[in-house]
Amino acid sequence: MSGSTTRDNHGHGHGGHHGHGAHHGDAHGDAHGDAMGHGTLRDYLIGFLLSVILTAVAFWLVMYNVLGKTNLTAIAIMALAAAQIIVHMIYFLHMNTKSEGGWTMLAAIFTIVVVVITLSGSLWVMYHLNTNMMPGHLLDLR
Amino acid sequence: MSSDTTTAAAPYDRDVFHVEGEEHPQGSTLLGFWLYLMSDCLVFAVLFATYGVLGRSYAAGPSGADLFDLNLVAINTAMLLLSSITYGFAMLAMDKGRVPATQGWLAVTGLFGLAFVGIELYEFVHLIHEGATPQRSAFLSSFYALVGTHGTHVTFGILWLVVLMAQVAKRGLIPENRRRLLCLSMFWHFLDVVWIGVFTFVYLMGVLP
Repeated sequence: MSGSTTRDNHGHGHGGHHGHGAHHGDAHGDAHGDAMGHGTLRDYLIGFLLSVILTAVAFWLVMYNVLGKTNLTAIAIMALAAAQIIVHMIYFLHMNTKSEGGWTMLAAIFTIVVVVITLSGSLWVMYHLNTNMMPGHLLDLR
Repeated sequence: MSSDTTTAAAPYDRDVFHVEGEEHPQGSTLLGFWLYLMSDCLVFAVLFATYGVLGRSYAAGPSGADLFDLNLVAINTAMLLLSSITYGFAMLAMDKGRVPATQGWLAVTGLFGLAFVGIELYEFVHLIHEGATPQRSAFLSSFYALVGTHGTHVTFGILWLVVLMAQVAKRGLIPENRRRLLCLSMFWHFLDVVWIGVFTFVYLMGVLP
Protein backbone atom coordinates (compact mmCIF):
# COMPACT_ATOMS: atom_id res chain seq x y z
CA MET A 1 0.00 0.00 0.00
CA SER A 2 2.73 2.38 0.95
CA GLY A 3 4.65 1.39 -2.16
CA SER A 4 1.81 2.33 -4.48
CA THR A 5 1.30 5.62 -2.63
CA THR A 6 4.94 6.51 -3.14
CA ARG A 7 4.69 5.61 -6.77
CA ASP A 8 1.65 7.83 -7.18
CA ASN A 9 3.40 10.73 -5.50
CA HIS A 10 6.49 10.19 -7.51
CA GLY A 11 4.58 9.82 -10.74
CA HIS A 12 2.73 13.01 -10.03
CA GLY A 13 5.89 14.88 -9.17
CA HIS A 14 7.60 13.63 -12.26
CA GLY A 15 4.65 14.48 -14.45
CA GLY A 16 4.50 17.96 -13.03
CA HIS A 17 8.19 18.48 -13.55
CA HIS A 18 8.09 17.18 -17.07
CA GLY A 19 5.10 19.29 -17.99
CA HIS A 20 6.82 22.31 -16.56
CA GLY A 21 9.91 21.55 -18.62
CA ALA A 22 7.87 21.09 -21.78
CA HIS A 23 5.84 24.26 -21.41
CA HIS A 24 8.40 26.54 -19.87
CA GLY A 25 11.55 24.94 -21.16
CA ASP A 26 12.88 28.35 -22.10
CA ALA A 27 12.52 29.68 -18.58
CA HIS A 28 13.73 26.69 -16.65
CA GLY A 29 15.96 28.67 -14.34
CA ASP A 30 13.58 31.59 -14.04
CA ALA A 31 10.74 29.41 -12.83
CA HIS A 32 12.50 28.95 -9.52
CA GLY A 33 12.83 32.69 -9.17
CA ASP A 34 16.26 32.41 -7.62
CA ALA A 35 18.49 31.20 -10.42
CA MET A 36 21.83 32.87 -10.80
CA GLY A 37 23.12 34.52 -13.94
CA HIS A 38 19.87 36.24 -14.83
CA GLY A 39 19.60 39.97 -15.01
CA THR A 40 17.75 42.69 -16.79
CA LEU A 41 19.09 45.13 -19.39
CA ARG A 42 18.81 47.84 -16.75
CA ASP A 43 21.01 45.83 -14.34
CA TYR A 44 23.72 45.36 -16.95
CA LEU A 45 23.69 49.01 -18.06
CA ILE A 46 23.82 50.36 -14.48
CA GLY A 47 26.62 47.93 -13.64
CA PHE A 48 28.56 48.84 -16.77
CA LEU A 49 28.19 52.58 -16.19
CA LEU A 50 29.29 52.32 -12.54
CA SER A 51 32.23 50.09 -13.51
CA VAL A 52 33.39 52.50 -16.21
CA ILE A 53 33.21 55.44 -13.79
CA LEU A 54 35.01 53.60 -10.96
CA THR A 55 37.73 52.29 -13.32
CA ALA A 56 38.23 55.66 -15.01
CA VAL A 57 38.53 57.48 -11.67
CA ALA A 58 41.10 54.94 -10.42
CA PHE A 59 43.26 55.30 -13.55
CA TRP A 60 42.84 59.10 -13.52
CA LEU A 61 44.00 59.34 -9.88
CA VAL A 62 47.17 57.39 -10.62
CA MET A 63 48.04 58.59 -14.13
CA TYR A 64 47.70 62.29 -13.31
CA ASN A 65 48.78 61.99 -9.66
CA VAL A 66 45.73 63.99 -8.62
CA LEU A 67 45.97 63.45 -4.87
CA GLY A 68 49.72 64.05 -4.67
CA LYS A 69 50.39 61.68 -1.78
CA THR A 70 51.20 58.02 -2.48
CA ASN A 71 49.45 56.61 0.60
CA LEU A 72 46.31 58.62 -0.03
CA THR A 73 46.19 57.49 -3.68
CA ALA A 74 46.74 53.86 -2.66
CA ILE A 75 43.88 53.96 -0.16
CA ALA A 76 41.62 55.71 -2.68
CA ILE A 77 42.19 53.17 -5.50
CA MET A 78 41.75 50.26 -3.08
CA ALA A 79 38.42 51.72 -1.99
CA LEU A 80 37.43 52.17 -5.66
CA ALA A 81 38.41 48.55 -6.40
CA ALA A 82 36.34 47.28 -3.45
CA ALA A 83 33.36 49.32 -4.64
CA GLN A 84 33.74 48.01 -8.19
CA ILE A 85 33.94 44.39 -7.01
CA ILE A 86 30.67 44.88 -5.14
CA VAL A 87 29.11 46.51 -8.24
CA HIS A 88 30.18 43.53 -10.39
CA MET A 89 28.83 41.02 -7.86
CA ILE A 90 25.44 42.72 -7.69
CA TYR A 91 24.88 43.80 -11.31
CA PHE A 92 26.85 41.22 -13.34
CA LEU A 93 26.87 38.12 -11.12
CA HIS A 94 23.38 38.99 -9.78
CA MET A 95 24.25 37.98 -6.27
CA ASN A 96 21.67 38.36 -3.56
CA THR A 97 20.91 36.77 -0.22
CA LYS A 98 18.09 34.65 -1.64
CA SER A 99 19.71 32.83 -4.60
CA GLU A 100 20.03 29.06 -4.03
CA GLY A 101 18.43 29.49 -0.63
CA GLY A 102 21.28 31.71 0.56
CA TRP A 103 24.02 29.16 -0.09
CA THR A 104 25.81 31.24 -2.73
CA MET A 105 26.01 34.15 -0.32
CA LEU A 106 27.20 31.86 2.48
CA ALA A 107 29.91 30.37 0.23
CA ALA A 108 30.94 33.86 -0.87
CA ILE A 109 31.16 35.14 2.71
CA PHE A 110 33.22 32.11 3.73
CA THR A 111 35.54 32.67 0.76
CA ILE A 112 35.93 36.37 1.57
CA VAL A 113 36.83 35.50 5.19
CA VAL A 114 39.48 32.99 4.02
CA VAL A 115 40.83 35.45 1.43
CA VAL A 116 41.13 38.23 4.01
CA ILE A 117 42.93 35.90 6.45
CA THR A 118 45.26 34.66 3.67
CA LEU A 119 46.12 38.13 2.38
CA SER A 120 46.42 40.03 5.64
CA GLY A 121 48.12 37.10 7.40
CA SER A 122 50.73 36.65 4.66
CA LEU A 123 51.50 40.36 4.42
CA TRP A 124 51.62 40.79 8.20
CA VAL A 125 53.84 37.78 8.90
CA MET A 126 56.22 38.40 6.00
CA TYR A 127 56.49 42.12 6.78
CA HIS A 128 57.49 41.40 10.37
CA LEU A 129 59.84 38.65 9.22
CA ASN A 130 61.56 41.11 6.88
CA THR A 131 61.72 43.85 9.50
CA ASN A 132 62.95 41.68 12.35
CA MET A 133 65.47 39.72 10.31
CA MET A 134 67.22 42.81 8.96
CA PRO A 135 70.93 42.88 9.88
CA GLY A 136 70.55 46.48 11.06
CA HIS A 137 68.02 45.44 13.67
CA LEU A 138 70.35 42.75 15.03
CA LEU A 139 73.18 45.28 15.27
CA ASP A 140 70.94 47.57 17.32
CA LEU A 141 70.49 44.82 19.89
CA ARG A 142 74.16 44.68 20.75
CA MET B 1 -2.87 -7.33 0.16
CA SER B 2 0.70 -7.66 1.32
CA SER B 3 1.63 -9.75 -1.73
CA ASP B 4 -0.02 -7.12 -3.96
CA THR B 5 2.14 -4.46 -2.37
CA THR B 6 5.36 -6.33 -3.04
CA THR B 7 4.45 -7.07 -6.67
CA ALA B 8 3.44 -3.46 -7.15
CA ALA B 9 6.64 -2.18 -5.55
CA ALA B 10 9.00 -4.36 -7.60
CA PRO B 11 8.49 -2.75 -11.02
CA TYR B 12 8.45 0.63 -9.36
CA ASP B 13 11.88 0.05 -7.82
CA ARG B 14 13.23 -0.98 -11.16
CA ASP B 15 11.58 1.82 -13.12
CA VAL B 16 12.46 4.72 -10.86
CA PHE B 17 16.07 4.71 -12.02
CA HIS B 18 15.07 4.91 -15.66
CA VAL B 19 12.66 7.81 -15.60
CA GLU B 20 13.35 9.93 -18.61
CA GLY B 21 13.73 13.68 -18.16
CA GLU B 22 14.23 13.34 -14.41
CA GLU B 23 17.46 15.29 -14.29
CA HIS B 24 19.09 16.73 -11.25
CA PRO B 25 17.59 20.06 -10.24
CA GLN B 26 18.73 23.04 -12.27
CA GLY B 27 19.97 24.93 -9.25
CA SER B 28 22.52 22.36 -8.11
CA THR B 29 24.73 22.78 -11.19
CA LEU B 30 24.89 26.54 -10.79
CA LEU B 31 25.53 26.28 -7.05
CA GLY B 32 28.25 23.69 -7.70
CA PHE B 33 29.81 25.93 -10.31
CA TRP B 34 29.65 28.83 -7.89
CA LEU B 35 31.55 26.72 -5.34
CA TYR B 36 34.18 26.01 -8.03
CA LEU B 37 34.50 29.76 -8.64
CA MET B 38 34.94 30.36 -4.92
CA SER B 39 37.75 27.77 -4.81
CA ASP B 40 39.27 29.45 -7.88
CA CYS B 41 39.03 32.68 -5.91
CA LEU B 42 41.26 31.08 -3.26
CA VAL B 43 43.82 30.19 -5.96
CA PHE B 44 43.95 33.84 -6.97
CA ALA B 45 44.05 34.93 -3.30
CA VAL B 46 47.22 32.88 -2.79
CA LEU B 47 48.78 34.39 -5.94
CA PHE B 48 47.78 37.88 -4.78
CA ALA B 49 49.33 37.18 -1.35
CA THR B 50 52.53 35.98 -3.05
CA TYR B 51 52.62 39.14 -5.15
CA GLY B 52 51.86 41.25 -2.07
CA VAL B 53 54.87 39.77 -0.26
CA LEU B 54 57.31 39.72 -3.21
CA GLY B 55 55.98 42.65 -5.26
CA ARG B 56 58.64 45.07 -4.04
CA SER B 57 61.58 42.66 -4.19
CA TYR B 58 63.17 43.95 -7.39
CA ALA B 59 66.65 42.38 -6.91
CA ALA B 60 68.12 45.61 -8.35
CA GLY B 61 66.08 44.97 -11.48
CA PRO B 62 63.28 46.99 -13.06
CA SER B 63 60.27 48.01 -10.94
CA GLY B 64 56.64 48.31 -11.91
CA ALA B 65 57.07 52.05 -12.47
CA ASP B 66 59.82 51.28 -15.02
CA LEU B 67 57.89 48.57 -16.85
CA PHE B 68 54.15 49.14 -16.82
CA ASP B 69 52.42 51.12 -19.54
CA LEU B 70 49.15 52.27 -17.97
CA ASN B 71 47.64 53.25 -21.34
CA LEU B 72 47.94 49.62 -22.45
CA VAL B 73 46.46 48.41 -19.15
CA ALA B 74 43.58 50.88 -19.50
CA ILE B 75 42.81 49.53 -23.00
CA ASN B 76 43.01 45.96 -21.66
CA THR B 77 40.65 46.82 -18.81
CA ALA B 78 38.22 48.36 -21.31
CA MET B 79 38.34 45.17 -23.44
CA LEU B 80 37.43 42.96 -20.47
CA LEU B 81 34.74 45.34 -19.21
CA LEU B 82 33.17 45.55 -22.69
CA SER B 83 33.29 41.75 -23.01
CA SER B 84 31.44 41.50 -19.68
CA ILE B 85 28.53 43.63 -20.85
CA THR B 86 28.35 41.95 -24.28
CA TYR B 87 28.15 38.59 -22.49
CA GLY B 88 25.31 40.12 -20.48
CA PHE B 89 23.58 41.06 -23.75
CA ALA B 90 24.06 37.46 -24.94
CA MET B 91 22.31 36.25 -21.76
CA LEU B 92 19.43 38.69 -22.33
CA ALA B 93 19.08 37.44 -25.93
CA MET B 94 19.16 33.86 -24.62
CA ASP B 95 16.33 34.63 -22.18
CA LYS B 96 14.24 35.75 -25.15
CA GLY B 97 15.21 32.62 -27.09
CA ARG B 98 16.85 34.51 -29.96
CA VAL B 99 19.57 32.24 -31.32
CA PRO B 100 21.19 34.64 -33.88
CA ALA B 101 21.38 37.51 -31.35
CA THR B 102 22.82 35.19 -28.70
CA GLN B 103 25.44 33.85 -31.10
CA GLY B 104 26.28 37.37 -32.30
CA TRP B 105 26.83 38.74 -28.80
CA LEU B 106 28.82 35.63 -27.84
CA ALA B 107 31.04 36.18 -30.90
CA VAL B 108 31.57 39.85 -29.94
CA THR B 109 32.42 38.73 -26.38
CA GLY B 110 34.94 36.24 -27.77
CA LEU B 111 36.57 38.93 -29.92
CA PHE B 112 36.92 41.27 -26.93
CA GLY B 113 38.39 38.35 -24.98
CA LEU B 114 40.84 37.64 -27.81
CA ALA B 115 41.82 41.32 -27.89
CA PHE B 116 42.46 41.16 -24.13
CA VAL B 117 44.65 38.06 -24.39
CA GLY B 118 46.41 39.51 -27.46
CA ILE B 119 47.28 42.78 -25.69
CA GLU B 120 48.46 40.88 -22.63
CA LEU B 121 50.69 38.60 -24.71
CA TYR B 122 52.05 41.68 -26.53
CA GLU B 123 52.85 43.20 -23.13
CA PHE B 124 54.59 40.02 -21.94
CA VAL B 125 56.65 39.75 -25.14
CA HIS B 126 57.58 43.41 -24.83
CA LEU B 127 58.66 42.95 -21.18
CA ILE B 128 60.67 39.81 -21.93
CA HIS B 129 62.33 41.60 -24.84
CA GLU B 130 63.43 44.31 -22.40
CA GLY B 131 65.00 41.66 -20.17
CA ALA B 132 62.17 41.65 -17.61
CA THR B 133 61.77 37.86 -17.63
CA PRO B 134 60.19 35.82 -14.81
CA GLN B 135 63.72 34.79 -13.73
CA ARG B 136 64.87 38.40 -13.27
CA SER B 137 63.45 39.06 -9.78
CA ALA B 138 60.94 37.82 -7.22
CA PHE B 139 58.70 40.73 -8.23
CA LEU B 140 58.64 39.59 -11.87
CA SER B 141 58.18 35.90 -10.92
CA SER B 142 55.10 36.71 -8.85
CA PHE B 143 53.88 39.18 -11.50
CA TYR B 144 53.96 36.60 -14.31
CA ALA B 145 52.45 33.93 -12.04
CA LEU B 146 49.46 36.11 -11.09
CA VAL B 147 48.78 37.88 -14.40
CA GLY B 148 49.62 34.75 -16.41
CA THR B 149 47.16 32.64 -14.40
CA HIS B 150 44.43 35.18 -15.06
CA GLY B 151 45.30 35.28 -18.77
CA THR B 152 45.19 31.47 -18.92
CA HIS B 153 41.73 31.54 -17.36
CA VAL B 154 40.55 34.02 -20.01
CA THR B 155 42.10 31.88 -22.78
CA PHE B 156 40.24 28.78 -21.61
CA GLY B 157 37.11 30.89 -21.22
CA ILE B 158 37.36 31.80 -24.91
CA LEU B 159 37.86 28.12 -25.80
CA TRP B 160 34.77 27.24 -23.75
CA LEU B 161 32.85 30.06 -25.48
CA VAL B 162 33.71 28.69 -28.94
CA VAL B 163 32.65 25.18 -27.91
CA LEU B 164 29.32 26.51 -26.58
CA MET B 165 28.73 28.53 -29.78
CA ALA B 166 29.20 25.29 -31.75
CA GLN B 167 26.76 23.54 -29.36
CA VAL B 168 24.16 26.29 -29.76
CA ALA B 169 24.61 26.25 -33.56
CA LYS B 170 24.05 22.48 -33.60
CA ARG B 171 21.29 22.04 -31.01
CA GLY B 172 19.88 25.50 -30.38
CA LEU B 173 19.05 27.00 -27.00
CA ILE B 174 18.04 23.76 -25.31
CA PRO B 175 17.93 23.76 -21.47
CA GLU B 176 21.34 22.05 -21.30
CA ASN B 177 22.95 24.74 -23.43
CA ARG B 178 21.27 27.46 -21.39
CA ARG B 179 22.70 25.94 -18.22
CA ARG B 180 26.17 25.80 -19.78
CA LEU B 181 25.92 29.40 -20.98
CA LEU B 182 24.89 30.48 -17.47
CA CYS B 183 27.95 28.72 -16.02
CA LEU B 184 30.25 30.41 -18.54
CA SER B 185 28.52 33.71 -17.73
CA MET B 186 29.47 33.36 -14.08
CA PHE B 187 33.02 32.30 -15.05
CA TRP B 188 33.43 35.29 -17.37
CA HIS B 189 32.13 37.88 -14.90
CA PHE B 190 34.26 36.28 -12.17
CA LEU B 191 37.38 36.78 -14.30
CA ASP B 192 36.42 40.42 -14.70
CA VAL B 193 36.19 40.71 -10.89
CA VAL B 194 39.66 39.18 -10.53
CA TRP B 195 40.98 41.63 -13.13
CA ILE B 196 39.79 44.54 -10.93
CA GLY B 197 42.17 43.22 -8.27
CA VAL B 198 44.97 42.78 -10.82
CA PHE B 199 44.85 46.23 -12.36
CA THR B 200 44.47 47.89 -8.94
CA PHE B 201 47.05 45.99 -6.90
CA VAL B 202 49.58 45.13 -9.61
CA TYR B 203 49.47 47.89 -12.20
CA LEU B 204 48.08 51.00 -10.49
CA MET B 205 49.83 50.44 -7.15
CA GLY B 206 52.94 49.20 -8.99
CA VAL B 207 53.53 52.55 -10.67
CA LEU B 208 52.95 54.58 -7.49
CA PRO B 209 56.24 56.09 -6.28
